Amino acid sequence: MKKAIQRAFAVSLLAGAVAFGVGAHAADVIKIGVAGPMTGGNAAFGEQFWRGAVQAAEDINAAGGVNGKKIELVKADDACEPKQAVAVANRLVDQDKVDAIIGHFCSSSTIPASEIYAEAGKLQITPASTNPKVTERNIPTIFRTCGRDDQQGAVAADFILSTLKAKKIAVIHDKDTYGQGLADAMKASAAKKGAKEVLYEGLTRGEKDFNALATKIKAADADAVYFGGLAAEAGPLVRQLREQGSTAAFISGDGIVDTAFVTAAGGPQFSKGVYMTFGADPRNLPGGKSLVEKFRKAGYEPEGYTLYSYATLQAVTEAMKATKSTDGATLAKWLKGHTVNTVMGPKAWDAKGDLKVSDYVMYQWDDKGGYAELKK
Amino acid sequence: MDWHILAQQLVNGLTLGSIYGLIAIGYTMVYGIIGMINFAHGDVYMVSAYLTAIAIAVLTGFGIDSAPFAIVITLALTMFITGVYGWSIERVAYRPLRGSTRLAPLISAIGISLVLQNYVQLSQGAKPQGVPTLVSGTVRLGTETNFVQMTYIQILIVVVSFAAMAALTWIIRSTSLGRQCRATQQDRKMAAILGIDTDRIISTVFVIGAAMAAIAGVLVTLNYGSFDFFIGFVTGIKAFTAAVLGGIGSLPGAMLGGILLGLFESLFSGFVNTDYKDVFSFALLVLVLIFRPSGLLGRPEVEKV
Repeated sequence: MKKAIQRAFAVSLLAGAVAFGVGAHAADVIKIGVAGPMTGGNAAFGEQFWRGAVQAAEDINAAGGVNGKKIELVKADDACEPKQAVAVANRLVDQDKVDAIIGHFCSSSTIPASEIYAEAGKLQITPASTNPKVTERNIPTIFRTCGRDDQQGAVAADFILSTLKAKKIAVIHDKDTYGQGLADAMKASAAKKGAKEVLYEGLTRGEKDFNALATKIKAADADAVYFGGLAAEAGPLVRQLREQGSTAAFISGDGIVDTAFVTAAGGPQFSKGVYMTFGADPRNLPGGKSLVEKFRKAGYEPEGYTLYSYATLQAVTEAMKATKSTDGATLAKWLKGHTVNTVMGPKAWDAKGDLKVSDYVMYQWDDKGGYAELKK
Repeated sequence: MDWHILAQQLVNGLTLGSIYGLIAIGYTMVYGIIGMINFAHGDVYMVSAYLTAIAIAVLTGFGIDSAPFAIVITLALTMFITGVYGWSIERVAYRPLRGSTRLAPLISAIGISLVLQNYVQLSQGAKPQGVPTLVSGTVRLGTETNFVQMTYIQILIVVVSFAAMAALTWIIRSTSLGRQCRATQQDRKMAAILGIDTDRIISTVFVIGAAMAAIAGVLVTLNYGSFDFFIGFVTGIKAFTAAVLGGIGSLPGAMLGGILLGLFESLFSGFVNTDYKDVFSFALLVLVLIFRPSGLLGRPEVEKV
C-alpha cells in the first residue's frame, strides 16, 4: 500500500514535471546559477567555480547544448556570508529564474541557501561544501560532488596518528560551519583511536595576527596542528608558527586547496611541508587530461575545485538530457538512480545526495608553492 | 607556567597593540579636530598595504636590494601617495558636507570606505597578495628550547609607533601648525577670524592621519607578508576601539588604548581562550566607558553654554 502511494506520488510528480517542462519550453536557454564567493577573502574559490562552469558550458553548448537549448550561466556572489547567500538564492530563484544551481562554496552559505532552492523545487549541487549537515536535512533536491567532512576528518586523523605518529595534537578552527565542523570531525575520529587533543581553539576569520595562538600552541608542545578553516587564515597561522620556531606538522583540509594559501603564508618557505586532505587530484584522472591542457593553454591552472565545478555542470546537464526536464524533483530522482560519467570519472549518489564513493587522500605543499599527492 | 611563555605573550601583545595604536592615531586626530569619526581610515590603511607591495616590486625591479634603503623609500612613497588619498577623501567626503548634520559626513565616510574596498578589489583582484620577506632575523633570549623572541620587524613596529606618537605630540604641543590645529579644534569660527586657514588645517590633519595609516600599512605588510582588500575592516574596527578606550582625541591615549587592547587580546587568548578574546576585549571597553566615559586619557567634554 505504502509503495503504491509512493509510486502514485512519483508519477504525479513526473506528470507535473512534464507539464512544467512543456510550459518552460518557450524559453530557448537553460539557466544555471553558479553561486559562490566571487568577492571577499575567499574569492579564489569562487573563481575556481566560475572558471570550471564556464568551460563546461562552452563545451556542452559547442556539442549542441541540452535538449536543443543553450546553457546560460548566471553568476551569483555570496562572499561566503550566510545572509548574502540567502539574498542571492532568492534572486536566482525569483528574478533570474534559474533551472538549477551549482553552489555554494562555504557550508555556512550552502545550508541556508538550500532552504530557498528546496522550496522552489530547484536542483542544487554543491561542488565543494563538505559539512555533513548539507545533506542531512531531508532535502531531496540537494547533492554534492565532493566528500563529507566526517570522511575527510577520518582520513586526516588516521594520517596524523598512524603515519606522523603524533602524540600531541592541537586542533584549531575558524568558528565557521565548515572549519569547526571539519575540526570536530577530525577530533572525533582521533578520539575513537584513543587520542585526545592538547589544545582546541577557535580563531577569528578576517584577522591576520595569530601570534598569541602560535605561542600557545608552542607552549602546549604540540607536534601536530590540525586546522579546520580556509586559506586566508591558515596562511598567517602557519607563517607565525614557523616564525616562532615551531616545527609541528601542519595539517588542514580542502579549505586551503589554492595557491592563495601560499601567498597568504607569505611564500613557499613558510607553506612548504603543510599537509592537506583533498579528493584524488582530478587533474591526474585520464578523463580530464585534454581538459586540463585546454585550461592551461588559456593561462589558468585548474586547481582545487575547478574540475569539480566542471563535473557538476556535466551531472546537471546529463540529468536534464535524460529526463527532458528541469524540475528539481525529477532530476534528483534520476541522479539518485544513475551513474554519470564526468570529467572526474563516473559519479553516483546515495539517497541523501552524497557521493557513493569518496576518495580523500593526503597532499603535501612543496617548496615551490605547488602541491602533490603523497605517495603511500 | 613558564616565564618565557608569559613574556612571549607580552611581546605578541605589545606588537599587535602598537599596530592598533598607529592606526588609532589617525582616528583620534581627525576626531580631535573636527569631531567626526573617519570611517574610511581602515581602508586607507588597506590601500597603503597595496602601495607598499607596488613600491617594493618597483624597487626590486630597479635592482635595489638593500633592505633599510628599500624600507625607507617604500615608507616615503607610500606615505606620500596615501597622504594624497587622505587629502582627497577630505575634499570629496567631508568638505562639501561641512555645516550639514553630524550624521551626513559619517555616512559619506562609510561610502568612501566601500568605494575604496571595491575599487581595490576590482583593480587588484580579490585574491590575497604577498610581498617578499625583506627583513628576516630575530632576537632571542633564553635557552635553545625556552626562549622569548621578537623579530626585527616587530621591534621596528614598536619603535616606529612610539616615535610617531612622540613626534605628533610634539607637533601638536609646540609648533605653529600644532597651535593652529588646537585653535581650530577649540573654535573653528574664532580661529578663522584670527587669520587661520581652517580649511587648510583640516586638510593637513587628514593628510597626517593618512600618513600614519601608511606607516602602519608598510610595517604590517612587512610583518605578515600578505594582505587582501578586506584587511582594513577588522583592523579598522579594532583601532577605532583602541582610540575610544584610550580617550578619543588624545594622541598618547590612542597609543595606550592600542597597546592595552593588544595585551588584553594576546593574554586572554594565550592563557584563557582564543574563541572569546574579542568578547573579553569589548567587555573591558564597556567597563572602562562606564567608569570613565571619555576614555582613559580623554578629557571630559565640557558643554559650552
